[in-house]
Amino acid sequence: MKITVLFFASFKERLGVSDIEIIIDEGSSLSDLCEQLAARGEQWQTLFAEAEKLIKASINHEMADLSDCLADGDEVAFFPPVTGG
Amino acid sequence: MANTAEVIISPQPFDLARMNQAIQESQGESGASVIFTGAVRVSDAEAGLTGMTLEHYPGMTEKQLAQIIGEAKKRWRLNKIYVAHRVGYLKPGEPIVFVGVSGLHRAESFSAAQFIMDYLKQKATFWKKEHYGDKEVWVEAKASDEKAAERWI
Repeated sequence: MKITVLFFASFKERLGVSDIEIIIDEGSSLSDLCEQLAARGEQWQTLFAEAEKLIKASINHEMADLSDCLADGDEVAFFPPVTGG
Repeated sequence: MANTAEVIISPQPFDLARMNQAIQESQGESGASVIFTGAVRVSDAEAGLTGMTLEHYPGMTEKQLAQIIGEAKKRWRLNKIYVAHRVGYLKPGEPIVFVGVSGLHRAESFSAAQFIMDYLKQKATFWKKEHYGDKEVWVEAKASDEKAAERWI
């Protein structure tokens, strides 16, 4: 299945990319996606190896947990804790 | 009560006069209005801050703000809610965020405005980057903001 993955703020700058499309096995979870992304290179590995609490993720504009399942066409985003206002 | 909400996320400077008026006009049928404006601190400019860039997640930010406003409406009797947030480049002194609330009584309006701000800071997908001349630093989340949002749980 195809997943669109977005990166924001410092994550976007560290990886040098704002969005990518990923093909992942049916039944994969957010955690599986993290594993697949971490294997893309050193920067990716470092980012996804960071303490879990520093990485926030959403699926289709809703905050998500690592155990959440993905579906074909989902939009996933990874970003640091928010700092607006 | 009219019970309306307006949300604006824009790189354009705020029209504070119009925003204040929108809240004040709704006060007649409400009884109390509270307006909060947050700006880039001028005192930080003395520490070398030359500006700030605000990034957000289009689509998700609007959804988060709508959820926060919906929750505020459930908790308090409110009339008009106005939330505006700048994105893009801002200079010291420029307003970043505006929250205006009108409701039946002052306690409800004060609480609702504070609730919306606390939750916005904790949940809405905005990120700040500070500029010190050529140097750039992403702002890190503060534990105090997390605590401020927790008191409403």
